[in-house]
Amino acid sequence: MRKPNGLSRRGVLAGAAGLVATGALAACGSNTGRGSSGGGSGPTVSQWYHQYGEAGVEQAVKRYAKAYSKANVQVQWTAGDYDTKLATALVGSGGPDVFEQSVAKVDQVRAHQLADLTDVFGSAKDDFTPAVLDAQTVDGRIYGIPQAIDMQMLFYRKSWLAKAGVSAPTTLAELTSAAKKLTNKKVKGLFLGNDGGAGVLGAVPLWSVGQSYLSDDQRKVGFTAAAAAPVFAALRTMYSSGSLLLGAPADWSDPSAFTQGLTAMQWSGLWAVPVVQKALGQDFGVIAWPKGDGSGALSVPIGAYASTVNAKSKHVDAAKAFAKWLWVDKTDYQRDFDLSYGFHIPARTSIAAKADKLSSGAGKDAVDLVQQYGKVQATPGWTSPMNTAYTDALNNIIRKGSNPESELKTAIGKIDKQLSTLYK
Amino acid sequence: MTSRDVADRDTVHGSARDRRRARRHGRQRTWPAFWVFVGPFLAGLILFTFVPIVWSAVLSFFDAHNTVTPTRFVGLANYVDMLTNSDFLASLGTFSVFAVFIVPTTVAISLGLALLVHRLRFARAFFRSVFFLPAACSYVVAALIWKLSIFNGVRFGLANTVLGLFGIDQVPWLSSASPPWYWVALVTLRLWLQVGFYMVLFLAGLQRIPGELYEAAYVDGAKPGWQVFRYITLPQLRATTVAVVLLNLIAAYQAFDEFYNLMSSARGYPPFARPPLVYLYFTALGQGQDFGHGSAGAVILALLIGIVTVLQGKLFGFGRRD
Repeated sequence: MRKPNGLSRRGVLAGAAGLVATGALAACGSNTGRGSSGGGSGPTVSQWYHQYGEAGVEQAVKRYAKAYSKANVQVQWTAGDYDTKLATALVGSGGPDVFEQSVAKVDQVRAHQLADLTDVFGSAKDDFTPAVLDAQTVDGRIYGIPQAIDMQMLFYRKSWLAKAGVSAPTTLAELTSAAKKLTNKKVKGLFLGNDGGAGVLGAVPLWSVGQSYLSDDQRKVGFTAAAAAPVFAALRTMYSSGSLLLGAPADWSDPSAFTQGLTAMQWSGLWAVPVVQKALGQDFGVIAWPKGDGSGALSVPIGAYASTVNAKSKHVDAAKAFAKWLWVDKTDYQRDFDLSYGFHIPARTSIAAKADKLSSGAGKDAVDLVQQYGKVQATPGWTSPMNTAYTDALNNIIRKGSNPESELKTAIGKIDKQLSTLYK
Repeated sequence: MTSRDVADRDTVHGSARDRRRARRHGRQRTWPAFWVFVGPFLAGLILFTFVPIVWSAVLSFFDAHNTVTPTRFVGLANYVDMLTNSDFLASLGTFSVFAVFIVPTTVAISLGLALLVHRLRFARAFFRSVFFLPAACSYVVAALIWKLSIFNGVRFGLANTVLGLFGIDQVPWLSSASPPWYWVALVTLRLWLQVGFYMVLFLAGLQRIPGELYEAAYVDGAKPGWQVFRYITLPQLRATTVAVVLLNLIAAYQAFDEFYNLMSSARGYPPFARPPLVYLYFTALGQGQDFGHGSAGAVILALLIGIVTVLQGKLFGFGRRD
């Protein structure tokens, strides 16, 4: 039977699908991520954090927000790819009012996404570790209040190194030979991440031969292909010699490969110390990335999440006041945040000096490394396309075995092009 | 004119008018229902499909760093940049090679499975379901299983355990780029996920071939096996094959999920086996936030898929009547 104008079965189904779709859309609309309610009166200020791994941090930051009386602060705890979610949210109008990020990028400042926070520091400015403050500074203005410092370093198993008769390496040549000697049928010598270090090492190999991403004024490329090529060639040799652990179930940031005995040495970070201590007791040590040659230095990359205010926020002043209150004025909260949960180094030297956890063992070694060699890896001028160009070159050199010098020259060309569009 | 003629004419006129009135009346009655059912669907389609497509096309002509409401018109500069961008071109090249490999392989394996399942006399539904089941699995979940348990690089990974039984050293499947072992993981995953789906399409095609054709072929002396397959089955499956090839080809250029989940780390994606969409994702949506270049790349990719599809349709006759 054919009904030219009646309802066909297909029409009903399509309509039902449409209704389901509208229902789903309505559900999306109500998900504003404003679950927890703050305690204050006044305007509502939303604040974003990335997901900290340590237990208790989420409850702590919500407690701080509730204690603020001049605004109603809503905390959003963001799991997953925080940086991408944040970058997308900042483009639209629905972004957070206050958020944390590790570096104030020059292109964010150009796009007027970040509010100028230079005047909220007051006399406290000198108390902040200069290196992490530099990561928030563009053209002399400060766009973020550093919260807590994280750092990366090389973990090694003391007893295994002793058994193999090698000492903790201080040069790249020593690292290479140690990795080889420590490799046997069950254990690999060194773990630099599943991509052989192409992703995580970043500027570290450059520093080890006295080079850097960008020149001090951030306007020029800071390395030459000829000077940087040997250290990458050495990384390639290590990669292809079979002494690197590759394809481990957990990547470099997780110490499981080290604690499970899959590798004798692993590049990881300060946050891993408690887990490693629990698993291995005193049988481990931490060192900086070794020197590449005579012109380089021992290298320790550091970074700090900083509290930042969205310039497009409807309540910029309220957001700035809250950020100042929490990260400049309330030093007892900063101390709690930095020291009560995970293993971070406080961004303020006055608080760091009072940290008991960091006064002995691997914690103290780490603090010493930061004070002597700590450098910020990503600077405001090092943008995402530059990083992609550089990391592509590293991947090609280390994993594919491409010619280091020509790959680096290609990367330098791409970075130069980015620089010329940024500063024309 | 006789009275009967007039009467006839009146009847004709009357009935036509009635029909018209009835139709108009019916249309008036179903008009609200039509919009209630189609409206939300159409609104969703316009809002979430057409507007973004048009917006993306507009963005591709602007300098849109960190904004989706740009003001600086740059003409075709983004297109020139993307068409001279060696990384984007390399990813297009890689995926043309990938398509050339994966499309015939998928077609051959799914057709083979369909023929086998079609010949079964019992448990046909069981095998059909078993082969189809992977198609219901999420790409992301499957990618995690491939990455963490089958093709991880340590000695207790499944693939390495099997190699270990033969005394072969462990292979860092996803890390190694020379030789590019990662393709083994990528290709097996894609085949496992999609072969079952295309097998069902082929099965449907096989069931539509009339039995008389085979009988006639038998009478004409065609030998069962290759001859019957070559001259009866394959030509009869042309429409299905063309559709499968087409869907496969588009899927190959639009590859994203399993590549992203298998190959990327927290620090980005390596420059090899980088699908065009992954490259554009990092340009436009990652921390790059460069919507101008990203949109230009997306338009180029869409045009490329369109051109290849049209060419392929012309060559094999998609939509032509059998």
